[in-house]
Amino acid sequence: MLKLENVSTHYGKIQALHDISLEVKQGEIVTLIGANGAGKSTLMMTICGDPRASSGTITYKGRDISKEPTDQIMRTGLAVVPEGRRIFAGMTVEENLSMGGFFTPSKRYKDNMELVYELFPRLKERENQRAGTMSGGEQQMLAIGRALMSNPEMLFLDEPSLGLAPIIIQQIFEIIAKLRDEGVTIFLVEQNANQALRIADRGYVIENGHIVLQDSGANLLVNDEVRNAYLGG
Amino acid sequence: MLEQLLYFVQQLLNGLTIGSTYALIAIGYTMVYGIIGMINFAHGEIYMIGTYVTFIVIAGLAYMGLESLPLVFTAALLVSMAVAASYGFAIERVAYRPLRGQTRLLALISAIGMSIFLQNFVRLSQGSRDIAMPSLITGGWTFGDPSSFEASLSYMQVIIWVVTLVTMAALTLFITRSKWGRACRACSQDLGMTNLLGINANNVIALTFVVGAALAAVAGLLLGLYYGVVNPYVGFIAGLKAFTAAVLGGIGSIPGAMLGGLLLGVTEAMTSAYFSSEYKDVVAFSLLVLVLLFRPWGLLGKPEVEKI
Repeated sequence: MLKLENVSTHYGKIQALHDISLEVKQGEIVTLIGANGAGKSTLMMTICGDPRASSGTITYKGRDISKEPTDQIMRTGLAVVPEGRRIFAGMTVEENLSMGGFFTPSKRYKDNMELVYELFPRLKERENQRAGTMSGGEQQMLAIGRALMSNPEMLFLDEPSLGLAPIIIQQIFEIIAKLRDEGVTIFLVEQNANQALRIADRGYVIENGHIVLQDSGANLLVNDEVRNAYLGG
Repeated sequence: MLEQLLYFVQQLLNGLTIGSTYALIAIGYTMVYGIIGMINFAHGEIYMIGTYVTFIVIAGLAYMGLESLPLVFTAALLVSMAVAASYGFAIERVAYRPLRGQTRLLALISAIGMSIFLQNFVRLSQGSRDIAMPSLITGGWTFGDPSSFEASLSYMQVIIWVVTLVTMAALTLFITRSKWGRACRACSQDLGMTNLLGINANNVIALTFVVGAALAAVAGLLLGLYYGVVNPYVGFIAGLKAFTAAVLGGIGSIPGAMLGGLLLGVTEAMTSAYFSSEYKDVVAFSLLVLVLLFRPWGLLGKPEVEKI
């Protein structure tokens, strides 16, 4: 469904990604793990076209999207829950969700809103509250809900567990698994390698902008190198 | 005692009249600043063009023998809003969009250039002398004793308030209820994220310019009819005043622009009445300096938090 071939990305003169090749097939949960600054978020954002890949091709549903503008890419069934959530803090929960459903046909819109509220009853309770005044966990739910408003076929999640309480993290991962069961393809960037590998079909390990390892989630979970580097031995 | 009270009320009414038009222009500054962080110095010129278009439409309709006042008023309002909106759209396209992503100073210089260009374009096409328009709407109410001080409230003032109120209510509905209006607010909070939701931020920015320009045209029509006179230079000072109002209320904040405009109008009127009308600009801009010194984020703005 999504295929990266030899993708490199530069920030000015600094090369952040080196010849990355990676594939996400329909219906999979694929995770990308790595340390802080390894290039995880850069890789995810490069797929979204911001920053733009300096070389290589990114194919999504058979079409090369590496030269397309971000907003156009994001209208093709992709949705992203970005690093730091980036909810619209000054807008209400309902307004945030409506931005996620900007291009959703009005027939689907109401259903989607209800689905999101069903998935996250907390959001329904806080419908008219300003998003910036909510807790971190609720904001994360909102960011996921906003992404789901567009009926994505493929969902990008960038460190959805960052800074959250263990019980909330558990919930978020349950929801990710649930979404996959409903047919959403998931590309998950995580520092929390343990949790991520547990639910992932396949995983990639990124170090200093290079993919150094790729295998099934279960195999990576028992891989010695991965255990030493990311799972605390 | 009653006289003094009436005198005060009169100044308040005058101040609110001018202030509400400042507020209309200020919204354009504040919306554009909120979304792309630049001061559109050509905005005052849009207001001036709004007045010219109003006068031209009224003169044209009068020439054609149309005399129904509500009809003439509505036609002038719609045409001047439409013309101003297309100017707003074109300015953004020609002078600002190509510079996006460059240093902000470039866009600022481009804005000043655009302001000078528009001023001189109107001067060449319409002449640099004052153009006067006979009062379209006359009459009003008076209160108090004619032998001492009589406070008056003209129909035109009431129309200015009503039109301003309706316009502001419409704007508020637009930015809170409609999806494009909400997108304007979303963009002003996180432009990149709005793009990541598939919304073309360039279109939202263009829309912001169009809306701001249409509001400036409303102010142009109202003040044009109120004063009954226009020249190519009125946009400069009105633009500065409205900019002051926007900063006063907190640049980026729409309610702030509304409040700042009213406050500035009343301050000016009071200065003229109790001090000297020659000092009204001095006081207005001193107010700006004071606000910038003690509350740089304005009355309703939020201080910018530097994230570390």
